[in-house]
Amino acid sequence: MLRFILGRLAVLIPTFVGVSIIAFSFIRLLPGDPVMLMSGERVMSPERHAELMHQLGLDRPLYIQYFDYLGGLVTGDFGSSIVTKRPVLVDFMQLFPATLELSLCAIILAICLGIPAGVLAAVKRGSWLDQTVMGAALVGYSMPIFWWGLLLIIFFSGYLGWTPVSGRISLMYFFPPVTGFMLIDSLLSGQAGAFKSALTYLILPTIVLATIPLAVIARQTRSAMLEVLGEDYVRTARSKGLSPFRIVGIHALRNAMIPVITTIGLQVGVLLAGAILTETIFSWPGIGKWMVDSVFKRDYAVVQGGLMLIAGIIMLVNLVVDLTYGLVNPRIRH
Amino acid sequence: MSLLEIKNLTVEFETSSGLFRAVDGVSLSCDKGEILSIVGESGSGKSVSMLAVMGLLPWTAKITADRMAFDGKDLLKMSPRQRRKIIGKDIAMIFQEPMSSLNPCFTVGYQLGETLRFHMGLGRAARRQRSIELLRLVGIPAPEDRLSNYPHQMSGGMSQRVMIAMALACNPKLLIADEPTTALDVTIQAQILDLLVRLQKEHGMALVLITHDMGVVAETAERVQVQYAGQKVEEQPVKELFRDPHHPYTAALLSSLPERATVGGRLPSIPGVVPGQHDRPTGCLFSPRCTFATDLCRRSVTLQPPSLGSALCNYPLVGGVPQNHPGKTAALAEERA
Ligand SMILES: Nc1ncnc2c1ncn2[C@@H]1O[C@H](COP(=O)(O)OP(=O)(O)OP(=O)(O)O)[C@@H](O)[C@H]1O
Ligand code: SF4
Ligand SMILES: [Mg+2]
Repeated sequence: MLRFILGRLAVLIPTFVGVSIIAFSFIRLLPGDPVMLMSGERVMSPERHAELMHQLGLDRPLYIQYFDYLGGLVTGDFGSSIVTKRPVLVDFMQLFPATLELSLCAIILAICLGIPAGVLAAVKRGSWLDQTVMGAALVGYSMPIFWWGLLLIIFFSGYLGWTPVSGRISLMYFFPPVTGFMLIDSLLSGQAGAFKSALTYLILPTIVLATIPLAVIARQTRSAMLEVLGEDYVRTARSKGLSPFRIVGIHALRNAMIPVITTIGLQVGVLLAGAILTETIFSWPGIGKWMVDSVFKRDYAVVQGGLMLIAGIIMLVNLVVDLTYGLVNPRIRH
Repeated sequence: MSLLEIKNLTVEFETSSGLFRAVDGVSLSCDKGEILSIVGESGSGKSVSMLAVMGLLPWTAKITADRMAFDGKDLLKMSPRQRRKIIGKDIAMIFQEPMSSLNPCFTVGYQLGETLRFHMGLGRAARRQRSIELLRLVGIPAPEDRLSNYPHQMSGGMSQRVMIAMALACNPKLLIADEPTTALDVTIQAQILDLLVRLQKEHGMALVLITHDMGVVAETAERVQVQYAGQKVEEQPVKELFRDPHHPYTAALLSSLPERATVGGRLPSIPGVVPGQHDRPTGCLFSPRCTFATDLCRRSVTLQPPSLGSALCNYPLVGGVPQNHPGKTAALAEERA
């Protein structure tokens, strides 16, 4: 097991270097620089511009800046924001719980709906139920997130007035963050109605973010189930006179979960990418919105440090998924 | 009264190119404690007819029968729930492919314990004890250690032993073994067959043994039923069948046995293949491959009385001679005319 983990970690090193190069160069390829954007509408003399660039160390040759950045990463220093001067890691830690809460809720929703939907579609293959589930999955998968988010806002917030449009909780409530998860903190605060408020703020972004993973999980579950249901061991289970629930829910599903877990792991990247759009639409104060804001400010340090942290999380989750995979599939464990 | 009684069973599959009749009017009966063997080449509907008894056919299969009864109870009239109480308990089945018939995600102990839990209501400790007992019964060494094994950790022979143990868990009255040795090494094949026959004797259960190997039939069975292209073509006690086969197909199967092949110095095999969905002949289904076929055979076929093995043939063989056959020359003349 230890060797397995070490092997995986070794593969991560080149990935890590690759991501750092992309993060470093991507933001510098955009026109403009942080000094220009900080000065805004004011006209700045070229001398003043050069002086500020020099202060920030941005006039050094690119390779020196890159190795400076890489050296920082290796020692665990993710740099400090050019604009606010605060350490990137500190901001990240503060904003990450919001993204994590949203992503967790979204993936839980996607799993809790996607797996049963896929199983039902497979069991009732060819029925109207199957066709409905697969049709909905296709629509969900191809829905542009931005448009889908706006559609939901217009209907539920605008027309029905059921849900708020932006933020994490009503301004009526204030309490210090304990876990950083609004749902938990609101309960801990003991303030009446706080939890419900947090829930209404969370619901639309969760649906929007869950849509694509939900569609992918449902489709993957269906196809894995269809394959597994035709296997000899399912026939054996039926020959034992077991109940259909047990045959499908235990004998078949356990095997079908093997590819589905891989798919769920791959959704982490999709989720974080989706979080950028979703957080922007709903002004959700998480790392997605933070990244977008930093790109607009050309805050090189935040973008390159933040992207590294996000990449690190994706890699970590994929490692955990690989380990879970071993738990479900005995052929890998031994 | 026979334990398993099937009258005029027909199974049709819905396929993209229309209905395909995999089993065509098969009747069968198997008494308590008897070994009945079903033989026939690949595609003759042996598995499908037994899967119909177990209720394991996919939904594309349409099953009709005048009667399909187990222990006096009509299987076709039962609710699925009632039927599940019998399946896996009183009737058990083992399959051709032991390696893929065990669920790769669960331990041997878990899979063995399932029937004990759901049919016998045994608790955890009792299940473990009975599982060990069963594994010992089928000749698995160190059964305590095997319980925590996963299927991929076992050989084919070992897996088939586990399958047999699983089938025997609730002391079934009838065991259906569908080519239980075909996928195994030759040395293991004999061991598994011996095991099956020994267990059948010890437990006094009935055994339906599906095979395409006449050698296996000779060693194990008491009564034989020969199937061809979904039809039963002959039925006899094993000694009589080997001594005097009445259907030309049976005779051909027997003469393809290695020990009988010395005549003429080469191994005779039956030319041609079992007809499928699209090349099903009219009249006798064996006529395209039969040396005795006449025009009459290509039009219709007669069912002979039990004294002639219920052979489905116009000219049943007696002592290797087709009865009432117009003769080769006459047949040819008739054909030309
Ligand atoms: N699910 C199915 N759908 C369509 N046709 C099927 C299906 N299952 C079996 N068949 C067809 O039914 C026929 C009889 O099959 P069956 O498996 O009973 O043959 P068998 O006598 O057991 O042969 P084998 O020795 O190969 O096991 C075959 O032609 C097969 O293609
Ligand atoms: S009916 Fe005719 S073709 Fe068919 S087996 Fe008998 S002799 Fe051969
Ligand atoms: Mg078969």
